[in-house]
Amino acid sequence: MPALGAGMDVGRIVEWYVKPGDRVERGDIIALVETDKANIDVEVFESGVVEELLVEEGTRVPIGTPVALIAPEEDAEPTPSAPPEVAAPTEISDDQTPEEPVTPSEAIPQPARAPEPTTEVVDQHPFVTSPLVRKQAAETGVDLTRVRGTGPEGLITRRDVAEAASAQAPDRPHITGDGTRPRAVEVTPPPTAVPSSPFARRLAAERGVDLTAIAGTGPGGSRVARDIPAATVRQVDAAVTPEASATVPPTAEPAAASSAEERALVMRQAIARAMEQANREIPHYHLGETVDVEDTLVWVAERNADRPPTERILPAALVLKATALALTRYPDLNGYWIDDGFRPGEGIHLGVAINLRRGGLLAPAIRDADQRSLDELMQALKDLVERTRAGGLRGSELTDPTITVSNLGDTGVESIHGVISPPQVALVGVGRITERPWVVDGTVAVRRTLFLSLAGDHRASDGHRGGRFLSTIATNLTRPETL
Amino acid sequence: MNTDELHDLISEVLSGIAPEADPSAIDPTEDLRDELDLDSMDELNMITRVSERLRIDIPERDYPQMRSLDGAVSYLARRLATHA
Repeated sequence: MPALGAGMDVGRIVEWYVKPGDRVERGDIIALVETDKANIDVEVFESGVVEELLVEEGTRVPIGTPVALIAPEEDAEPTPSAPPEVAAPTEISDDQTPEEPVTPSEAIPQPARAPEPTTEVVDQHPFVTSPLVRKQAAETGVDLTRVRGTGPEGLITRRDVAEAASAQAPDRPHITGDGTRPRAVEVTPPPTAVPSSPFARRLAAERGVDLTAIAGTGPGGSRVARDIPAATVRQVDAAVTPEASATVPPTAEPAAASSAEERALVMRQAIARAMEQANREIPHYHLGETVDVEDTLVWVAERNADRPPTERILPAALVLKATALALTRYPDLNGYWIDDGFRPGEGIHLGVAINLRRGGLLAPAIRDADQRSLDELMQALKDLVERTRAGGLRGSELTDPTITVSNLGDTGVESIHGVISPPQVALVGVGRITERPWVVDGTVAVRRTLFLSLAGDHRASDGHRGGRFLSTIATNLTRPETL
Repeated sequence: MNTDELHDLISEVLSGIAPEADPSAIDPTEDLRDELDLDSMDELNMITRVSERLRIDIPERDYPQMRSLDGAVSYLARRLATHA
């Protein structure tokens, strides 16, 4: 289960788009996953043949949990350096890989055998390691120096930490599984006697349910919303319109968060986690600059005049391009702060903050924004806004952003002092276009202006550098013909 | 197309853009962007769809006339009259 953006702890497989035996190419969409924020199309990170689906539809699992096994397409040599995280050879040997029929003798469990050419499908994403894992370790009192990492390149995963935490607390039942399946390990246990999700606790309180008296079906046996029996009066459900109920996708079990109200709450909680982390870990600095965009807007108006509405561009597209081009000169603002160091982004992928009409927001990426024309950027933006609100985002779009651009100008405010989305190191804010008295060539004129802001991670850059970056965006914006 | 039909057409387009809003609750004299919390992308989408449905061009310079429901109805009525 990949981490689809900051603040995500668990994901639910809504639907598998592939079945065992299917051939998949890296980048293919293989499953629809429900996160706290949205339903996301998840891509496979490796090419090969689907060997086994480890998680049934309708099941919620913590991020980092293997959800499927992929056998490499070629008869590749086993790679002992990357043992599958949980797939024990016994289980795999029982399954015949499509390309390599197994003789009965080979099917006998041979624990000493080198790992099969089977690798974990998802969660090669390095970002699930550091900040969240460190936080989890701190909360559960685990000494990371004593934990052996089982992730890619020996990175410590949340599972490793959860297991270490369980080992430290012998009186808490340790869910081991049979060693051949992804173990249901509780992630970040809440500080209550009974493992339970915040939403389940709220529902339990509302409905007068004793959490210790019911069984949990969530990760590690934790009590999740669906475990809470309906109260005599169900205010939450009463608010659901028939149409809303009808749109809930059919799954193996009822969605944990089905009503709009519930969805809004879990979305809020996901944002809360990400923003708590941002303000706890990122020392922000904030810079601002007012830009005279009068000439730029005249240029846009002239450009749009002869075009049908479908081909017109919005000023937002220019801001995106101006930012992307500035990042080519200031790569230290484009990337991630991970494990006490800056990792530059591979490409300039602008996360665009898009508010959802029912509350909350997502910031999916426009990839390689620096290499797109204004028209291409505008179409990409249109497409992204539509899919963010109507569904159809891909998982990579939520994990790719190397920086975020937040345009609050449409809400009518002049300025925004943003909060960075970890592990990114910068956020560019865009305010409302405002008419102001402005000095042009020594006289005061009425000009349309735009307030640009930068929230920078002081660990990764300094105000001087951030200021030059912001000035470059401003300058780029005043030269629309170069965008 | 009379003004009632135009009103319905715009309301229909708007409910596609802001599905959670109640079109009957809109103050027809107020700025639609405030009434329905529309951003510039929503506004562009509204213009695009109305323009496609009526098969008329709505130049960008005329956007301000489309800002309220009443304004949009009377603007489009004028526009259709000159077109016909």
